Amino acid sequence: MSASVSTLVNQPYKYGFVTDIESDTLPRGLSEETIYAISAKKNEPEFMLEFRLRAYRQWLKMTEPTWPDVNYPAINYQDIIYYSAPKQTQKKQSLDEVDPTLLETFEKLGIPLSEQKRLANVAVDAIFDSVSVATTFREKLAEHGVIFCSISEALKEHPELVKKYLGSVVPIADNYFAALNSAVFSDGSFVYIPKGVECPMELSTYFRINNGDSGQFERTLIVAEEGSSVSYLEGCTAPMYDSNQLHAAVVELVALDNASIKYSTVQNWYAGDANGKGGIYNFVTKRGLCKGKNSKISWTQVETGSAITWKYPSCVLVGDNSIGEFYSVALTNNCQQADTGTKMVHIGKNTRSTIVSKGISAGKSKNSYRGLVKVGPNADGARNYSQCDSMLIGSNAQANTYPYIQVQNELARVEHEATTSKIGEDQLFYLAQRGISAEDAVSMMISGFCKDVFNQLPMEFAVEADKLLSLKLEGSVG
Amino acid sequence: MIVDNAPTVLSVKNLTANVNDTPILKGLKLEIKAGEIHAIMGRNGSGKSTFSKILAGHPAYEVTGGEVVFEGQNLLELEAEERARSGVFLAFQYPVEIPGVSNLDFLRASYNARRKHQGLEEVDPFDFEDVVRDRLQVVQMDASFLDRSVNQGFSGGEKKRNEILQMALLEPTLAVLDETDSGLDIDALRIVAEGVNQLANEKNAMLVITHYQRLLDYIIPDYVHVMYDGKIVMTGDKELALELEAKGYDWVDELQPVGV
Repeated sequence: MSASVSTLVNQPYKYGFVTDIESDTLPRGLSEETIYAISAKKNEPEFMLEFRLRAYRQWLKMTEPTWPDVNYPAINYQDIIYYSAPKQTQKKQSLDEVDPTLLETFEKLGIPLSEQKRLANVAVDAIFDSVSVATTFREKLAEHGVIFCSISEALKEHPELVKKYLGSVVPIADNYFAALNSAVFSDGSFVYIPKGVECPMELSTYFRINNGDSGQFERTLIVAEEGSSVSYLEGCTAPMYDSNQLHAAVVELVALDNASIKYSTVQNWYAGDANGKGGIYNFVTKRGLCKGKNSKISWTQVETGSAITWKYPSCVLVGDNSIGEFYSVALTNNCQQADTGTKMVHIGKNTRSTIVSKGISAGKSKNSYRGLVKVGPNADGARNYSQCDSMLIGSNAQANTYPYIQVQNELARVEHEATTSKIGEDQLFYLAQRGISAEDAVSMMISGFCKDVFNQLPMEFAVEADKLLSLKLEGSVG
Repeated sequence: MIVDNAPTVLSVKNLTANVNDTPILKGLKLEIKAGEIHAIMGRNGSGKSTFSKILAGHPAYEVTGGEVVFEGQNLLELEAEERARSGVFLAFQYPVEIPGVSNLDFLRASYNARRKHQGLEEVDPFDFEDVVRDRLQVVQMDASFLDRSVNQGFSGGEKKRNEILQMALLEPTLAVLDETDSGLDIDALRIVAEGVNQLANEKNAMLVITHYQRLLDYIIPDYVHVMYDGKIVMTGDKELALELEAKGYDWVDELQPVGV
């Protein structure tokens, strides 16, 4: 029997359970009324309502982008629930007040929130459907002047900071999904690192979509003042539903002089079944602004889930000598589609950027890297290095690379390298002939392929990511 | 070397096999005892390489009949990796490149898989470096090869030396060398052959598959078999290889009964 290289990816998704909890849910559909209702539920300041309405009116004038290399049936935006929150009394002055069902849910996901069990050196903001249910280590962080809370709380407690920075990196009309998010976002995380402070622990947000009909529209804003630094990680999972759920998030990062932000993502949304039924549409806008000189923003992403991923974490390098980095592993299997990459926009002098992208496609999936390197006329001495590697598993998967390079400065240097490799029967047989099983062989090859990216992740998550990839690919070669 | 009363390492009887539904092996018989070096010669398409892949358990080859017994066990029942761990080694005609996986990590994974099967303790990365450095000399390889990705960017000769290095590490009971001489210049050929000769002993057996006789100037076979249309049609000693070289494969054709 000729074994075809086609079945190493079919490990059941272990986060696919649904939590049975009563929700406070708005009716389906989107209108100005919906926006008033969301804003009222959250008791927001006036400027926030105006921001939302402006965004909504912009969104109405915009059309969904069609340039990504992905296919999906038209989304009915009137069929989505824009606000769904677990019913519980006013949010969490202490964890004792949080519904135990929610704590159990997060525990089951490997994110213990209770005092005794929480991760030693990681502060977590746990977001369930539309709202943040708990944030750990708030007090300890406050001792250092670090603000880490949900964006709803930030709107109440630090409205001036939110007002100053929200929409400053991703303007409301930036793109279709960003406009939608700006209109209806319900929660997300807010981080503020004051001048000169090195954040004493990893910060992390864990997103959980539970409701089968609700979209998740979260908003994250991280501001690092002069000379400060922070490392932030986000993780996400969702139950298995036959229908698709829309996840349209916006993340904005601002780094001032000499500040650095490291943002890591391990994305494990439900990807749909082997035939492409169900799964999350992950249409996300992430952008970092290196506003100050010598600032640095580094994105690391491990994308393994979602039916469709549309995501380009970017850096706008305004400050002289600022640095942007993008390290990505995107794995697609079965019928998953990913169109992901980055944009590095060099505006200041001597700005530098590095792009390392590793795409792995198995099954019948489609994995595209799309990246823009843009060097403006004043960016003397700008440098970029891009490396885009694709790995195919089996013969039905697709990998594409779309690099766009626009250079308007003669003193800039831009390098691009790309490779494509394949895990084929030949390699598996060769390794089998040396006593190495197919599972071990694939995990060895994948680890080797992703090494440059995993090295960028915080240690404990690097191990997780490595395991996650092996799990996702188990059974895809046989 | 032919040893009296040596145990049988490999016994193949009436082996038939298909590739993509086309019969390639048509009743192959072969018996190899410990200590012996056998060579199989034959023109392209005679089924030599198919035979080597079937011994190693390549999933694309379908065995349709006959039996293959290796050290008393039915080899055909075992998966490729189990055969390898049990001591069947195939030196590939075209060693495969594996980007991103360091040669050292690969060699250790392979070495430990075999040791585990033998009930021995697995070797940690530090001790393994000592083990592997010792074996590098067999094929005159530089330690810098260990840090490179498996076979990636290796020259033809380097790939073949890497194969023999693996053989030196795994110490197989049966080593099958599939066209190991192809693509080698004379210096590389000598290094590879000397490596093989160092590894041959009275406990293991070698099966050298080759199109040309020149490799057999360096690795002296005890038996030479000629393969024709999926069967072994002649067996002799090393003189047969020389005769074949002198007369060409047409000579074998002419000796075949009409209709075969």
